[in-house]
Amino acid sequence: MFSFILKRLAIAVPTLLILVILSFILMYAAPGGPFNSDRPLPPQVLANIEAKYGLDQPFWKQILDYVWNVVVHFDFGPSFQYEDRTVNDVIAQGFPVTLTYGFWSFVVAVVVGVTLGAAAAIKQNSWLDYLAVGISIGAQVLPNFVMAPILLLTFTLWLGWLPGGGWNGGQWQYLVMPVIALSTSYMASIARITRSSMLEVLNSNFIRTARAKGLPTRRVIFKHALKPTMLPVISYLGPAFVGMITGSVVIDIFFSTGGIGQFFVNSAFNRDYSVIMGITILVGALTILFNLVVDILYAWIDPKIRY
Amino acid sequence: MTLTRRHLMASTAAVLVLTGTATLAESHIPADATLAAEQTFVYRVGDESPSIDPGKVEDTDGSDMVRQLFEGLYNQDADGNLIPGVATDYTVSDDNLTYTFTLRDNAKWSNGETVTAGDFEYAWKRAASPALASPYSWYIELMSIENASAVIAGEMEPDALGVTAVDDTTLQVTLSQPLPYFPQMLTHSTTFPVLQSNVEEFGDDWVQPGNMVSNGAYVLTEFVPQERAVMSRNTEYWDNANTTLETVTRLVVADENVGLTRYLAGELDRTDVPAGQYPRLSQEYPDQAMSVPLSCSYYYMFNLRDNGPEEFQDPAVRQALSLAVDRDIIVDAVLAGGQKPAYNFTHWATAGFEAPEIAMAGMTQEERNAQAQELLASAGYGADNPLTVDLVYNTNESHRAVAVAISQMWKQTLGVETTLANQEWQTFLDARGSGDFDVARGGWCADYNEASTFLDLMQSGSGYNDSKYVNEEVDALLANAKTSDNPNADYAAVEEIIATDMPIIPIYHYAAVKMLNDQIENWPVNNFQQNWYAKDLYKVAAE
Repeated sequence: MFSFILKRLAIAVPTLLILVILSFILMYAAPGGPFNSDRPLPPQVLANIEAKYGLDQPFWKQILDYVWNVVVHFDFGPSFQYEDRTVNDVIAQGFPVTLTYGFWSFVVAVVVGVTLGAAAAIKQNSWLDYLAVGISIGAQVLPNFVMAPILLLTFTLWLGWLPGGGWNGGQWQYLVMPVIALSTSYMASIARITRSSMLEVLNSNFIRTARAKGLPTRRVIFKHALKPTMLPVISYLGPAFVGMITGSVVIDIFFSTGGIGQFFVNSAFNRDYSVIMGITILVGALTILFNLVVDILYAWIDPKIRY
Repeated sequence: MTLTRRHLMASTAAVLVLTGTATLAESHIPADATLAAEQTFVYRVGDESPSIDPGKVEDTDGSDMVRQLFEGLYNQDADGNLIPGVATDYTVSDDNLTYTFTLRDNAKWSNGETVTAGDFEYAWKRAASPALASPYSWYIELMSIENASAVIAGEMEPDALGVTAVDDTTLQVTLSQPLPYFPQMLTHSTTFPVLQSNVEEFGDDWVQPGNMVSNGAYVLTEFVPQERAVMSRNTEYWDNANTTLETVTRLVVADENVGLTRYLAGELDRTDVPAGQYPRLSQEYPDQAMSVPLSCSYYYMFNLRDNGPEEFQDPAVRQALSLAVDRDIIVDAVLAGGQKPAYNFTHWATAGFEAPEIAMAGMTQEERNAQAQELLASAGYGADNPLTVDLVYNTNESHRAVAVAISQMWKQTLGVETTLANQEWQTFLDARGSGDFDVARGGWCADYNEASTFLDLMQSGSGYNDSKYVNEEVDALLANAKTSDNPNADYAAVEEIIATDMPIIPIYHYAAVKMLNDQIENWPVNNFQQNWYAKDLYKVAAE
C-alpha cells in the first residue's frame, strides 16, 4: 500500500508539469492579452508593463521562470489584473471561502443523499421511495443558477430571513443559501447512486444469508449492506468533493461570496495569466490528491482490492 | 460597467470659474432635515477593481473609491464645477505654460501629517515612472506635463517631469503646450497625492487596510477583494466637520438582478437597473429609479482599412446604413433607460459643446429610409445584388439586442443581409484592433468633460481609431482646437465632416440608470461624469 501511494505521488509530478505546460500554451494561444483594453495602451506604457511582468522574455524562458518560482519559492507571481495583489494573496483569500462552503455542501450532500437513497432502496416501491426519487429528480433538473435566484427571492426578499449575499467571515447566515444551492444537485446524484447500489446489494447472496441467519434488519443494513453500497458512491464522491471545494462560479456570482470560482473564471476572461495558472495548478493538485484518496478508501472498503 | 471594461472618466469640470479664495464648503444639510440615526451608504459594483492605488487606478469603480479615500488639488461640486480641494487657488503664466497652485495649510493625512506640495510632486512622478508601470501613466502625458513622454519612455529620470514643490504650500507645474482644460483634469484620481513614507514602508502592500495612509474624507478600514470594502470617516480630514456619512461600503455583486433583489431587500442604497427594467421600476419606485446623462457614446464603426472590405470604402453605403438605423426604436423600445438617440459622436451633455445642424437629425425616419434606399441603389446594391454585412460585438445581452434590432432595420429598409457575431471581450478587442471585421460595435467614455475627449478618436494617428479613418482636414481642425479660443467651432466642423464621411454610425448617448435609496440626499445628478463624493451625501430618517 505504502509503495502504491509513493508511486502515485511520483506520477503526480509529471502530470502536473504537463498540465502547467499545456495550460501555458493554451493560454498564450488565446487571442488578446492581460493588458488589452478598448483603450489600447501607448506602446511605451505597454512595454513598461510587459517588462515589469517579464512578458517581454521568450516563451520558453517564461515557462521555466514560472515553474522555478513555483517549485523553489512557492511563489505564483503577481496578478496581472489585480495589480495590488499576488496570486498567493488571491488564493489565500478565495480558497478558504470556497473550502468552507464546499465542505459544508459536501457534508449536506452526502448525509442527505445517502439517507434518501438508502431509505428509498430499503422501502422500495413505497411512498418513501417515490418521494425520495421525486426529490432527487427534482433537485437534479433544477440547476444551481436557477436555484440561486429562487432562494434569494424567497429568503432575502420575501421572508427577509437571510442576507442576500456576501461572506462576512463565514457566519452561518451567509453560508445557508450557498450550501443549499451548491449541494442540491450533488445530493440528487448521490441519492440515485446510493439507491441503485443498495438495491443491488440487498438482492445479493450474502445479504440473503445474513437475513437467513435471523439478523435484525437494522443490523443487516448497517453491518453488512452499507459498506459495499458505498463503493460506487465513493468513486463519485472523489471528483464531486474536488468540484465543490474548488468552487462554483455560479455560487460566487449569485451570492457574492468572494470565492475562488469567480476569480478563476474572471482570470480567464481577463487573460490574467498568473491567476489562471495558479488556480489551475491548485485544482489539478487537488484532483490528483482526491483521486488517490478515493483509491485508498476503495482498498479499505473492498477487501478484494489490493494494490 | 457594461460599456467598456477599462475606461476611467477623468473627473473634470464643466464650467471653470475659480474664485481666488478658499471658501469653506457651507453645510449642505438643510436646517429642517431629520438625519437618520445610522449614517451609512452601501453601494454595488459589478466586479473588483484592478487597483485602488491612485497612481495605478484605471476603472470607474476604482476611482469612485479613490475619490473617497484621497483628495486632489480640486474637487467637483454637484454640477461638476471645480471647487477647491487641497489647492485653494492658482495662477497661470502669460504663455499659459506654467501653473502655480497654492495649497491649503490645514490639509492632513490620516496619520496626522500635513499634506504638502511635495506629496503631489512625488505622486505625479511616481505615476509616470516606468518602475511603477502604471496602465494610467499615459494620463500624465495627456495632461501635457513637460517631459512626460520622455519619462514614461524611460529616456529621462522621473525627476525631469515638469512638476516641482516650490515650498510646502506651493506647487508649480510646467506644460509642454498650452492646454485650455488643464485645471479640469486635476480632479482625476491619477493626480491625487500619495504619502512617500507610507508607500516606501509597505511597498505594494501599502494599499491594504491598516497600512494605507490617505488624505480624503474617508480611510480604508476593511477590504476583501471580490466581496466588500469599507471606508470610514477620516477624523484628520480638514473638512471633517462637514462630513456626515460615517461609513461607505462597497459590495461586489456580480449579477445586476441579484443587486436589484438585495436593493429591494434593503441591503443596498444604490444599484444598477438591469437592462430593460427601467420603465417598470420608474413606475413602481418613482423616487428611487433615476436616469441621468452619462458621458459615453455608443456607435458602430466601419472598417476603412485599405485592405478592408471594399463595400464600405464608398461613403454612400456607409450613409445608407446609418440613415436606416431608427435610433428612436433603439432608445425607446430596446434600451428604455433614458438614453438619447445620437446623430453625432460627441455626447450631447459635454461641456461647451454645441452640435452643428446635422441634416439626418432633422429628418423623419421615413425620409431617412427613402434617402438610404436611394443611396444604396446608387452605390449599385439592390435585390439582385444585395449588400452583406458582418457585424461583430462583444458578448453582452444589451449589445445583442441592439445588433438584432439594427440588422432587422437594415434588412427591412435596405434588404441588407447581416451576419451577427458575438465575441468574448479579449477576442473582440483583438479582431477590432487588427481590422478583422466589417462593422464593429464601439463605446467610448469621456476622459474629461470636453469634446476633444470624443473627437480625438477621429484623428488619423489615434491609437483608438479602430476604423482607421483618415481625413487630413479633421486632423487639422483638431490640432487647431488645442490652442483656439473657440474650439467649439472646430469641433462642430469635425462633426459635420463625420456626418458626411460617416466612418462611424453614432447610435445613442448613454445614461446612467440606477436605483438610489430615497433617504440618500445630495446625490450629484447633474454631474455629467457621475463623480460623486461621499462627504457631500447624507442620509435622512425614513418617513
